[in-house]
Order: sequence, then structure tokens, then C-alpha cells
Amino acid sequence: MSSVAHAEGHDHKPEGFLNRWLFTTNHKDIGTLYLVFSLTMFIIGGAMAMVIRAELFMPGMQLVDPAFFNQMTTMHALIMVFGAVMPAFVGLANWMIPMMIGAPDMALPRMNNWSFWILPFAFTMLLSTLFMDGGAPAAGWTLYPPLVLQGGNSFAFAIFAVHLLGISSIMGAINIIATILNLRAPGMNLLNMPLFVWTWLITAFLLIAVMPVLAGGVTMLLTDKFFGTSFFNAAGGGDPVMYQHIFWFFGHPEVYIMILPAFGVVSEILPTFSRKPLFGYTSMVYASASIAFLSFIVWSHHMFTVGMPLGGELFFMYATMVIAVPTGVKIFNWVATMWKGAMTFETPMLFAIGFVIMFTIGGFSGLMLAIAPADFQYHDTYFVVAHFHYVLVTGAVFAIMAGVYYWLPKWTGHMYDERLGKIHFWWSTIAVNVLFFPQHFLGLAGMPRRIPDYSLQFAEFNMISSIGGFAFGLAQIFFVYIVWKTVKGGQPAEARAWEGAKGLEWTVPSPAPHHTFETPPEIKPDMIAHPSNAH
Amino acid sequence: MKALKFTGALGAMLVSTGAWAEYKLNMTPGVTEFSHIAYGLHMRILWICVVIGVLVFGAMIYSMIAHRKSKGVEPARFSHSTTAEIIWTIIPILILLFMAYPATKGLIAMEAPHDKPDLIVKVTGFQWRWRYDYLNEDVGFISSLDQESNRVRQLKSGENPGQVKDYLLNVDHPLVLPVGKQVKFLLTADDVIHSWWVPALGWKRDAIPGFVNEAWTKIEKPGIYRGQCAELCGRDHGFMPIVIKAVTPEEFEAWVAEQKKSAMAGQEIQPIADQS
Amino acid sequence: MTTADRYYVPHGSHWPIVGTFGMLTLVIGLANLFNGHDWGQYLAYVGVASILFMLWGWFGDQIHESLKGLYSKQVDVSYRMGMTWFIFSEVMFFAAFFGALFYTREYAIPWLGGEGAGAWTNFVLWNGYEATWPSNGPAGIGGEFETIPAWGVPFLNTLILLTSGLTITLAHWAVKKQKQLQQVLWLAATVALGATFLYFQAHEYMEAYTELNLTLGSGIYGSTFFMLTGFHGLHVTLGTIMLIVITFRAAKGHFTPENHFAFEAVAWYWHFVDVVWLGLFIFVYVL
Ligand code: HEA
Ligand code: HEA
Ligand code: CUA
Ligand SMILES: [Cu+2]
Repeated sequence: MSSVAHAEGHDHKPEGFLNRWLFTTNHKDIGTLYLVFSLTMFIIGGAMAMVIRAELFMPGMQLVDPAFFNQMTTMHALIMVFGAVMPAFVGLANWMIPMMIGAPDMALPRMNNWSFWILPFAFTMLLSTLFMDGGAPAAGWTLYPPLVLQGGNSFAFAIFAVHLLGISSIMGAINIIATILNLRAPGMNLLNMPLFVWTWLITAFLLIAVMPVLAGGVTMLLTDKFFGTSFFNAAGGGDPVMYQHIFWFFGHPEVYIMILPAFGVVSEILPTFSRKPLFGYTSMVYASASIAFLSFIVWSHHMFTVGMPLGGELFFMYATMVIAVPTGVKIFNWVATMWKGAMTFETPMLFAIGFVIMFTIGGFSGLMLAIAPADFQYHDTYFVVAHFHYVLVTGAVFAIMAGVYYWLPKWTGHMYDERLGKIHFWWSTIAVNVLFFPQHFLGLAGMPRRIPDYSLQFAEFNMISSIGGFAFGLAQIFFVYIVWKTVKGGQPAEARAWEGAKGLEWTVPSPAPHHTFETPPEIKPDMIAHPSNAH
Repeated sequence: MKALKFTGALGAMLVSTGAWAEYKLNMTPGVTEFSHIAYGLHMRILWICVVIGVLVFGAMIYSMIAHRKSKGVEPARFSHSTTAEIIWTIIPILILLFMAYPATKGLIAMEAPHDKPDLIVKVTGFQWRWRYDYLNEDVGFISSLDQESNRVRQLKSGENPGQVKDYLLNVDHPLVLPVGKQVKFLLTADDVIHSWWVPALGWKRDAIPGFVNEAWTKIEKPGIYRGQCAELCGRDHGFMPIVIKAVTPEEFEAWVAEQKKSAMAGQEIQPIADQS
Repeated sequence: MTTADRYYVPHGSHWPIVGTFGMLTLVIGLANLFNGHDWGQYLAYVGVASILFMLWGWFGDQIHESLKGLYSKQVDVSYRMGMTWFIFSEVMFFAAFFGALFYTREYAIPWLGGEGAGAWTNFVLWNGYEATWPSNGPAGIGGEFETIPAWGVPFLNTLILLTSGLTITLAHWAVKKQKQLQQVLWLAATVALGATFLYFQAHEYMEAYTELNLTLGSGIYGSTFFMLTGFHGLHVTLGTIMLIVITFRAAKGHFTPENHFAFEAVAWYWHFVDVVWLGLFIFVYVL
């Protein structure tokens, strides 16, 4: 290669705002864009959750109309899932994967830019439906027909927004696969890669396999509404339940799309602060792959009450229960990683430990939901809401926060304020449990989900939950402040910001230079985060 | 230490769910064979999870106390153990089998065909009320949210829901069913998907437009059992409750006769007793 | 894994944002059109035009850089992986519609006809309906219709696409052997076959709408039939356009035996379209 490859002067950041951000091909800048976008969406989605919790604070309808309440529920979920959690993990991937495997950038940098820039526009369109005639989509994030087909003007916009998000995710996933498979520096074997890279590789396959299926499903919704097709209409030989099969064929892998990278983040952090290698690296890889595989054959556990034949119910119940085995392997390996280490408890470690404990609680309730005869009772109650917020908020979101605290020194060159970080952790952890733990009781006592008002027996726990919700929300404002403060300044970070940290990303300076590797780095054994053959 | 306190508190919360096991905190044991199955499974799995949780979190907490840098420990260097990993693959499998067996039995019992129902009730979901038709009796009526709740639940009604008896869980015409009889339900819907759920019966089943779902029950005790629509069905999804009035077979016969008479006389349907 | 001595990272580009603008204008236009605002279509045209402009410019840049020899072997492999997984995502998109066909034929229609778990469904709601295929459902949505026999035009179209798979392979050999005229001729033949396929399909659609009363609104049969064949036809159209582009590039002598990824990407895509058609022919027309 001649020097023309670098004709543009890549050692420097591009001049000008547009060049730097709008036309960028730099994985770090795109990673930053993803993370900032995700945080914005988390606040917007969180504000909607606050509307939900405020209306549910007391029995009786105080604040919003029931139709608007349903819009809040729907938009809250769509924004959190597609706007906050998924882009956050893509942002972490963009920042870290090239650095972790010794690549110069992502494999397809221009497409990387495209994947990102679709998102803000697609979400602006989705949010604009709030101001349309008939309001935003209100049939739940699952968009079940026939209800969703009753939607007003917003319907077509919401469907197209989903299409755009899908296109963005698929392009992002292709990029990640090509980067990991093609751009590793010599010596960085597949079984030397950090676990975060592994879990993302698997996640990317999941994304490419299921996002198009969702696109197909919502396309059928669109033609059913506007072009007279009968996919989901029994009178024409279709079946509304068929939509649910299509949706959950996407939807269940989707929930693992939101948790596998979280597993990766936690697998990076626990060894660092235990000062001890990750326990069972290879089985961690196999466990992640098994979880991904199983995620394709369990979808109907979301549909136990639609009246499936017995054989189907049994199959989906068993397949779902099996997922506890590889997940258990991961949990036990994490505990074994901590065992006999020399632990310190900086904020990333606290969030990682919080993740392990509270994700497991969410996993347990998941297992309970998998028991079909019991799910006939649990289904569509707050027990389910409690389950998935434990795996999503104290799972995925906690892992994202752990990752942000862990890598913030690498990104900004500054250490965050440890004292504030710890306060943020304890405040969030206490508040989030006050928020979601009582929802288990509400569900068991019979409170259905997606209702704006409830009978009096549910009053106490709803009030407790709402108070926890407001407290948790405030804690996240505090988080934004901590991050902002770190970006602006703080104690300078060393290249290896954490004493026990291994891995290539800790060999480059903090903040990482705009272009990390111009030529493939030489991988020495001590740069490998989790040597698979270590004893 | 903080971590310890927190987990301890969490553990206490988990464990005490059993002790607080009453209707408001826990699943209702209900009044049918099915609800007992669901409740039994629920409690069994819950306790298994609590035990696993105590062990796993216990190990973590012990490690966090004993293996901290501030105590001056040197980190161990081990990074895998095939034996350990095999053990913690096999044990969960065994536990799962232990759960799967009763779950399978329960599911088969709940899905078994019951060919000789004493009574067939067709349930149709509408936005936002239920219609009940007693197929062998030629009796049918619509059941909606009661007036009181409906008035108070309006946005900014300014009224206190606390004053309404069974706020949002009361209807104008409850479904009257005989105890000790096999009742078959045929569930369908007219517009969008609804889901018919009375916790005391132990299940919910979706009411899907264009299709008919079957379900059945045999109620053990007379009483009033309340439930709600459990599938998002639009604006007033939260306001289409279900009330069953379970009565003795004799009372039921009398009620049916009454219904038929008033139907023949072209009068309004008179349920056995409104809102007790 | 391939490695380079020195990594190649392209400079920034404004094409992605143009693409985003195009996509957004397109969907906003369509959504407004669907909501009954005729002006939406013009917005949609602007969107399509912007997307075409983006493709033109973006690929133009790529071609330019490729001809200047900027790309390493590693970059080439990245492109190959990108294309492979893109095609896989397309496979999964079609899988959703094949899945719908399978589900309605194997489950929904039999249930509505009273088989298995559907006894009460049929008795209470659709008494008298018998499960058959093709079907437009118990309510006979869209009225009576006839189907297109498999062994007429569809079979001919199968042969056409299979032949086109052959011609594009011949063109590939010509690239490898550096026979430029043959390259162009075989590619032109492939384009012609693709166009013929599209002509026949359009003809078939006309016939279905005007003579057979088979429309998108013909219940589940019409829905699955037109959505599957329609999305396939759309892909054939795109494939043909891509073929036309590389025919011109072949004529300009862009492809060398070592460097002709664009050619291969189009060939892969074309084979993919071919395979989907075989699935369609079997599951939609024959069975
Ligand atoms: C990150 C997201 C995430 C994750 C990881 C999971 C994980 C799991 N989920 Fe969850 N789930 C959701 C997100 C997620 N879920 C969402 C969003 C919904 C609702 C969607 C909607 O309706 O809107 C949902 C709903 C949902 C349902 C449907 C409920 C209903 O609507 O009726 C079910 C039913 O089976 C289920 C099961 C499970 C199981 C078995 C797991 C397992 O993967 C959990 C495995 C983990 C453990 C079991 C704990 C650790 C293991 C051990 C310590 C080993 C030893 C343990 C044993 C042997 C018990 N989930
Ligand atoms: C990753 C996904 C994700 C995340 C992070 C969250 C986060 C939260 N969710 Fe989420 N939720 C879902 C995914 C998620 N949720 C899904 C999929 C559903 C199902 C939807 C459906 O049924 O279709 C759902 C449904 C759902 C419901 C049930 C609604 C219903 O059934 O009617 C509730 C109710 O309590 C709820 C609450 C919350 C709260 C309080 C948070 C909090 O964690 C949010 C905290 C964050 C903030 C609050 C933002 C920061 C702060 C501010 C904006 C400042 C304002 C602060 C104050 C005024 C104090 N959610
Ligand atoms: Cu009917 Cu919800
Ligand atoms: Cu699931």
C-alpha cells in the first residue's frame, strides 16, 4: 500500500463540524455519536416512563387520557429498546472492538456512518407521531393486529420507522461481523478475543437473522391496512396469531440481542477488578453461542395463552427452560472469577456485581414464566413487567453503565469522580429495586399490564413503585452530570487506567488517539485479555 | 459491607414472600383444580429459585468479603476447571427436570379434552365489554363496567375511587355459573384480541377474532370471583372487568328459568342479583 | 483472516447522509400517500431520486478508488463479507413471507376448516367452510378467482432464470480469462433474460388482475402470492439494473482477473434471486 491510502491526513481529526461528525468514518467519533444519541433516547424514553408511573401513582385517572397512556407505554418501550439499549451497545462496539482486536477502524467505515445517521432521523419521525391526528402508535411495542390496524395517521410512520431501524441495525451488524472476522491483527485468534468481542459477534448474527423477519412482519401489517391483504384476517384465511409468531420469532432473539453484549461487558470488568483471569473462557463462548441458538426456538413462550396445541406448549416450555443451563454456566463462571481474587470495588465493578445479582433475579422470574401452566396466570401481568425490567434495566442498562464507567477514562483521558460514581450506583440500585420489586407482587395479586388505572387493592405497591421510579429517574440525571464532568476534566487517566486491566485497548494512550492503529500491532501474550489456554 | 447489607435485605424480601403469602402479595390458590396446579407450580419454582439464589448470592457475598484486595490477599491464578464446569451444568439440568415433571403433568391435565361439559358458555370480547351466551340454554347478555366505577374513572372526575365498592372490578351483569359442574368456555372476539382472565379459575385465554378458543372450569366453592381483560385492546382495555357469580346448581337452575321467562316476555335480562 | 501491512481507512463521505435523506423522504412521502395525501407521491419521487443519486455517487467513489488501486486484499474481503451477510439478511426477509405461506396453509386454513383444534372455530363462526388450497378464506374475501397454472409461463420463467444463471457464470469465466467481448455479450444476454422474465411476470400479473380475478385482495392466497412474487420481482428488477451497470463497466474494461468484486457481488445477488425463484416456483406455483 502506498501512502495515497492516507492522502487525507488521517492522523488528525477532520476540520469543521460537518466533516467531523456528519461525514465521519471514524469509529471513535461514530461510537461517541451512538452513545450520545442513546443517552438522549434514554432520557426521552425515561420521561415517558415517568408519565406512566405518575399516572399509576394513585388509583383514579389524574393526568392523562387512557389513549395517551397507551401511547406512552408503546413509545416508551420502542424508544428504550431500539433507541437507548441497542444503540448504546453499538456505540460501545464501535469504540472498543477495533481497539480490542488491533484493527484500524470498522471494516466498512462509510456504511458505519450510514447506520448511525439513519437513527436520529428515524426517531425524529417516530416521535413526531405524538403530534399527529390520533396520536402516536398505542398498541404496545409488540404492535399486535388487529388492534394496531386501528391506529390513525401515525400507523404508516411507525411502521416505516421500524423499517429504518431495522436497516440501520442490519448494516451495523454486518459491519461488526466483517470487522471481527477480517480485521484482527495477526496473533489475535478467535479464541484470544475479549469476550465482549465474542458476544458482539454472536449478537450480530442474531441481528442479521431476525431484523429482516420483523421487517417482513410489519410489512404485512402495512399491506393488511392499506392494500387489502388478509395475512392477519381470519375472514380471508389469515390469522392474527400468525403475526405474533412472526413478531416473537424476532422478539425473543431481540431480548438476547440486548443482553449478550451486556454479558460481554461484565466479562471484561469482573476479571479486571478481581485481578484474576476470567474463569472458563471457552465455556463462556460456547454458552453464549448456545443461548443464541436456543433463542430461535423458544418464541412461543410469549404466546402460551393464545390456545396452541399441547405439543407446541410442551416444546416451547422445555426449550425455554433449557436456556437456564448455559445462562447458569455464565453466572457460575462469573462467581468463580471473583472467587479468590483480590477484589476492589470501583464503580464499574459495583455495577457489574449489581448486574450479576439482579440479572439473576430477572432470570429466575423468567424461568417461572417459562412454566406454561403458571404462565397462564402470570401472562400479561405486572409480574412480566417486573421480569423484563430486571433483565433490561438492572441487566442491560446496568451493564451499559458499568461499561461507560470502565471505558470513560479511555475515551476522555480523565478519571470520573469515584465518589460520585459510587453514590450513583447505590442510589440507582436502591431506587430500582423499590421501583421494580413490588411489581412482582402486583402481578401475582392480579394486576394486568398496560392499564392506566387499577382497583384499590393495588394502590400501596403502585405508589411505592412510582416513588422508586422518580428516584431512579433523578439518579440518571445525576449520571449525566457525572459523565459531563468527566468529559470536561478530571484526574488524567493512564494508558492502563485500571490496575488489573488486560487487553489491547489498555496499551494505547488515554484518551485513545483519533486513529489507533495505522499498521497491525504486534500482539504479545500479555496483551490478550483472556488467554484461553491460561492455567 | 454495603453490598452485604443490600443483598441481605434483598434476600429477606425474597424469603418473606412466602411468609406474607396472602392474596395481595402472592398468586391466589383459587377455587379450581387448575388454579391449584398453577399455584402449586408457582410456589415450587419460587422456592427452588430462592434456594439457588441464596446459594449463588451467598457464595458471591462471601467472596466479596473474604477475597478483597484491602485484606492483602494475593489473587489466585486459576482460570478453569472442567470438573467444576461439568458439575454446574449437570446440577441445573437435574433441577430443571425436577421442575419439568410436575409442569408437564399440570399442563397435560389443563389441556386434556373434556368431552362432556354440563354447560357451554360462549364468551365474546368487544371493545370494551364482554358478551356471554349460554349455548344450551338460549340465554345471553352483555356485561360492562358498572356505572359507579365508570363515572369515577373518567379523567379528572375529581371523585375518590376509594368510595366505590370494588372499583373497576364490578360489572352490571355478572356471569352466573353453577359450582361443581364442568363448564366449557368458547372464547372469541368481535374486533380485536382480548383475553379473558379470572385469577381464581387459574388461567387466562385469548379471545381472538375469527377463531374460537376452548377452555373449561369446574368451580369448587360458591362466591364472587373477579378478573379483568388481560390483552391490550385499545383505549378502555383497563375498564372491561369480568365478574363471576358462582352459585349452587339449584340456584343456577332458578336463575336460568328466570332469564328465559324475562327473555320471553321481551324484558331486560335480570341477573340473579346485581353487584353484591 | 487477512492482514495488510498498512491499513486502509477511507476518508469521510457525504453520501451516507444523502442516502439517509433519500430514505427518509421516501418513507415520509409514502406514509403521507397512504394516509390519503396525494402530494406524498412527489416526496417519494424525490426520495427515490436522492437514493439513486447517492448510489451513483457512492459507487462512483468506490469505483474511482478501486481503479486507483487503493484497496488492499483486506478491503476486498471486507466487501465480500458485507455482501454475503447482506444477502443472508435478504434470505431472512423472504423467510418471513414463506413462513406466512407455510403457517396459513398448514395451520390457519385447516383450523378455520374445522380440523384439529379448529372444530369449534368452524362450527361456531365459519360453518360450512371447508379447508382447501388455494383459498381466500371462509368469507371468500375478494371473490372467486383462478390461479396461474405452474407449467405455463411460470415454468418458462424458471427456465429463463436458470439459463441466466448459466450466462452470468459464462461471463465470469470471460472475466477470468480476460475476454472482454465475451464478458459484455454474456452479461448482455443475462440482462436480456432478466428483462424477459420481468416482461412475462408483468404479463402474468395483468392476466391475473383482468381475467382471473386474482388480486392482492384475494384473501390469503392473493396476499401470499403477490407479496412473494412481487418482492421477488422487485429483486429481479434491482438485479437487472445492477447487471446493466456492470455490463457498462465491463465494456469500459473495469474488470481484471484479480479485481472484479463488483462483478461477483452482482453475480451472487443474481444467484440468490434465482434460488428464491426456485423456492417460489415449488411452494407457490407447484405445490
Ligand atoms: C434482556 C432481556 C431478557 C432476557 C435476558 C430474558 C430472559 C429470559 N426470559 Fe424474558 N422477557 C423479556 C426480556 C428478557 N427475558 C421481555 C422484554 C419480555 C416481555 C415482552 C413483552 O411481552 O412485552 C419477556 C417475557 C418473557 C416471557 C413471557 C411472559 C409472558 O408474557 O407471559 C417468558 C416466558 O417464558 C420469559 C422467559 C425468560 C427466560 C426463561 C429467560 C432466561 O434467559 C433467563 C435465564 C437465567 C436464569 C435462569 C438465571 C441464572 C441461572 C442460574 C443461576 C442457573 C441455575 C438456575 C436454575 C436451574 C433455575 N420472558
Ligand atoms: C430497555 C428497555 C427498557 C427500559 C430501560 C425501561 C425503563 C423503565 N421502564 Fe419500561 N418498558 C419496557 C422496556 C424498558 N423500560 C418495555 C419493553 C415495556 C413494555 C411495553 C408494552 O407493554 O408494550 C415497558 C413497560 C413499562 C411499564 C408498564 C407500562 C404498562 O404496562 O402500562 C412501566 C410501568 O411502570 C415501565 C416503567 C419503566 C421505568 C420507571 C423505567 C426506568 O428505568 C426509566 C428511568 C430513566 C429515566 C427516568 C430517564 C432519566 C430522567 C429524566 C427524564 C428526568 C425526569 C425525572 C424525573 C421527573 C424524576 N415500563
Ligand atoms: Cu379487552 Cu383488553
Ligand atoms: Cu422471550
